[in-house]
Order: sequence, then C-alpha cells, then structure tokens
Amino acid sequence: MTDALLSFHNVFFGYTKTRPVLQEVSFNLRPGHITAILGPNGVGKTTLLYLALGWLSPWQGKICLDGRPVRSHNRRERGQGMALVPQSEHTPFDYTVLEYVLLGRAPHLPPLGMPGPADYRIALQALEQMGLGALAEHPVPQLSGGERQLMLLARSMVQSPRLLLLDEPTAHLDLHNKWRLIQTMCSLRAQGVTMLMTNHDPEVVLALADDVLLLEPGGSAQFGPLEEVFTAEALSRIYNLPIRLVEVDGHRQVLWT
Amino acid sequence: MRIPDQASPALLKSRRHRRFLRLAILLLVVVAGISVLLGRYPAPGLMNPEQLSRDELAWRLVIYLRLPRLLTAILLGMTLSAAGAVFQLLFSNPLVEPGFLGVSQGAAFGAALSIVFLGGSAIATQSAAAFFALAGLGFSYFLARRLRYGGWILRLVLAGIAVSALFSAGLGMLKYMADPLRQLPEITFWLLGGLASVTWPRLLAVLPVVLPGLLVIFLYRWRINLLSLNDEIAFSLGAAPGRERWLLILAAVLPTAALISLAGMVGWVGLIVPHIARRLFGAEARLSLPAAMLFGGIFTLLCDDLARTLLAGEIPLGILTSLFGAVIFLGLMMFQKAKAQP
Repeated sequence: MTDALLSFHNVFFGYTKTRPVLQEVSFNLRPGHITAILGPNGVGKTTLLYLALGWLSPWQGKICLDGRPVRSHNRRERGQGMALVPQSEHTPFDYTVLEYVLLGRAPHLPPLGMPGPADYRIALQALEQMGLGALAEHPVPQLSGGERQLMLLARSMVQSPRLLLLDEPTAHLDLHNKWRLIQTMCSLRAQGVTMLMTNHDPEVVLALADDVLLLEPGGSAQFGPLEEVFTAEALSRIYNLPIRLVEVDGHRQVLWT
Repeated sequence: MRIPDQASPALLKSRRHRRFLRLAILLLVVVAGISVLLGRYPAPGLMNPEQLSRDELAWRLVIYLRLPRLLTAILLGMTLSAAGAVFQLLFSNPLVEPGFLGVSQGAAFGAALSIVFLGGSAIATQSAAAFFALAGLGFSYFLARRLRYGGWILRLVLAGIAVSALFSAGLGMLKYMADPLRQLPEITFWLLGGLASVTWPRLLAVLPVVLPGLLVIFLYRWRINLLSLNDEIAFSLGAAPGRERWLLILAAVLPTAALISLAGMVGWVGLIVPHIARRLFGAEARLSLPAAMLFGGIFTLLCDDLARTLLAGEIPLGILTSLFGAVIFLGLMMFQKAKAQP
C-alpha cells in the first residue's frame, strides 16, 4: 500500500451536492505500469484524472502521491513528478509548437526563470520523438487535431514526470500515429514511468494496459489486472451492449454487434 | 547528431529578436534625448544644447517642465502597453484594453466629479480620478464574485462592462449638469488626455505604484505564457493560476489607474501596441512583452512631442495616439500579409 505512486482510498466526489459522480473509488497504481480507466461517457473518467492531479479535491477519502496527500505537495514538486495530457486545449494566440512545448519545462525552472539552450534541446528531442520535428516553428492553431495531441504529449514528456495522466490520448490519431503513441508509451513504461489513461479504444487498452479501472454509471468502481477485469461480461455490463472477446492471430480483439 | 543543428534556427531567431530589442532601447534613449531639446522655446524646433549652460530660463524649462513630462509620457506608454498585453494574455482575448475593468470609466467619472463639484484643481482631479478608478476595479471584482453565470474570466469581463456602463452613465449626468462654458470644456479636454499639467511632485506621487507594477510584469515575461492556458493545464505545469493571475492583474491595473488619473484618457495605446509587438516578435511573451513596453514608451513620447510642439496651443494627446496608432496598425497588417503565408 505504501509503495504505490498514486493511491485513492474510498474517494467520493461530485460537482453538485445532490449528484455524486464517483463513490468509494479505491486503487493503487503500480509503479512502472499502465492503467486504463474505462467507462461510458459522462461517468467521471476525466474528473478522476483531475482528482489525481490535485486540481479537484475529493468530498471524502484520501488521494496520495508518494504516500502524501496530493494537495500537500508544493506546486513545483508536483509539476516535476506528474504531467497531464489533456484531450485538447484552447490556444488563442499564435504560439509556435516549440514555444508551446517549452512551457513544459516550467516546473524545472527557478520561480521566475526562463528556459535556456538545454531546455530547447530537451523540447526539440521530444518533438523529434513524436515526429513533429519539422513543425517546430509552426503556429499551434494551424495544427491538425492529431498533431496537436502529439504536441501535448511532447509537452508532458518535457516535464520528465514519473506519473503521466492521459485523457483520451488516441482520440484524434490516425493508425500510424496511434502505433507511434503506443510505441512511445511502451518505451516510457520501460523507463519506469507510471501512466494512468482514459481510453475508449479497446484495441489500445489491450495493447498497452497492465491494470484496468472500470467505472460504472452510479459511481462504483472495479480495479484489477487486465485479464481479470477486462472481460466480456464486465464490458457488456458497463456499455450496455453485447460484447465478445475473440482471439485473432494470437491477439485479443473486442467484437460487438 | 541532428539535435544541435535543429536547435539553431530557434536560437538564432531569438538572438536576432534580442538584438532588435536592444536597438529599440537605444532608440528610446535617442528619442528621449532629442525630445528634451524639442519645443517652442526659444523658437519652435530643436534647441541648441549649449544654450542650456548660458540661458537659465532654458535650463529651468528643461528640468522642471520638459523632463517630468517626458518621463511621464514614457511611463504612460510603457504601462498602458504592458497592461494591455497582460490583459490580452490573461483573458485569452486580443480585444481587451487596460482600462476595461471599470478603471477608465471610473477615472473619467472621478475627474468630472472633481471638475464639477470640487473646483477641479490638478491635485483634486488626480486624486478623485485615482479613487474612482480603484473603486471601479473593486466594484467589478465584487460584482464578478456575486454573478452566477459562466466561468470566472467571463464573469470578470461582464462585470467590467457593466461597471464601465454605470460610470459612463454617471459621467453623462455630470456633463449634463456642468457649466457649459467653463466646466464642460475642461471635462472634454481631460477625456482627450494630455500631459500639460505634469510636474515633478505629481509624477513622483505615482512612481511608487507604477515602478513595482512594471517590474512584476517584466519579471513574469515568460511565466505569464503559462497563465494564458486553461486553468487546469496551468495548474498541471506547476503554476497557481488563481493567485498568479491576480498578482498580474493588480500589477497591470494599479499603475494604469495611477497614470490615467494623471494623464487623462489616452486611448488605443494599450490595445494597439501589444498587437504590433506580437506581430513583430510572435505570440510568446518573453520578447513581445518587453517589446510592447518599449514601443509603447517610444510611441507615446513621440505623440506627446507632436502634441506640444506642432501648434502654439496644446493638441490633446489622446487624439494623436488614436490617430497614429490606428494608422500604424493598419499599415502593419497590410504589409505583413505577404510574409505571413510563405
């Protein structure tokens, strides 16, 4: 229990007093593993990420990062340890991709410091890795949805976090970029980075996740290893749809009719 | 390795921009130096520097009239531009200007109130304008807390608009009540802005507010980029969006209120100069924010030079800043278009 990087103990949360979103959610993230949060739309997956981030605070229960309540960490320390990859974000001004990714260095700089040549190198390396090297001087508002998502991942990698929170990281990606993202997440896992992602894509979940957190409408949650939790019965129940798991060429696939 | 080669275009660009900024600083110093000698004494045009050593009147004129006025013009331009840039970033809205949180209209109301009811001495007008500018800000803030509609930023903008409208109604009422021969022209001139009444004591009175504000904004020139992002994103990057935004809003609004109360309504600097700076230096604030400050200072100083030398009488500064600001802005937009799409 104490060696978990991030842990939820009996967490309750809701945006209005009368309607709880999450009830009695408990789990421990294993360091160096990827956990997928699954559940139908509106069940509170993004909310759970914001709770993990410390942006929202729970009604009840405890959320700990490194064994300490997440909101008791100081801001810089938290920014160095944990990064968020949002599904999308609004950028009103013409920042270039490189300038935008450099913002990820903020938690590593002194309070009013500015990024130097070393930070530029780190940012460019992350862009290369995401296949965005050629777009470094491109204005962010002109990027496509998929390019933007890869750029947000690059920004979070520049933070060099130990825990990465990803909100629908594959939502806007084409097949090749989905493959690239899976490769990137695998290599991050090999470096010991812990990841918590929401995802609707069973293909990605099967390819990446070690553990699964199932959120059911009404607020209860089920957590465990992929093989135990990601079952045809559980999926059929939460999505309210007959679902089968089949094996094709040694790969498991989700079928629904 | 490809990485260092890749780094160079971005670094080269920033180096080129930095050189350009140093040039702007030099330009500001040169323009200030010429402005000291520029005027209508002994004759319209430039004064010979050696006259300062033999003509005591010229010396006193430069020290007690031109110098404080020139410094005020620079500070006014820097503050309005910096505050405009800060607000545009924080509110993610390229159309806000520094006085929109009830500050400009509050100051105008206060000045008119002083002219109509308090005799309108320079000190009384400045104090009343400053008081009501801050009252406008405070009122906007508390109204935004009470509104039950939309997010925090939207509430603040709405509250600012509502408070400005209230004060402008009050200003209309005061104009209606004012003596049309004596007080109404005075209100009108105050609203057009001008630095004719600036003296050392009046300048020194605003410095303790203006300089710390400018310093905070300057120090935040990179970090402010974080605060232009969504709240939860800024938070995930280790910022405290609520607290840091308020620090910057105060650092922008307090100097603005102080200088508006001294100089009247000098329009368009805070809206247009940040746009010009962004067009030349890009959206990232590390260079465009200091650039906005410098351009604002140079621009306002040049406008004020024209305001006091062009005619025998004083031309209201606000007219010139609006005129030239709009012309430069339009020209820049048309000129840059060919370059924007390579």
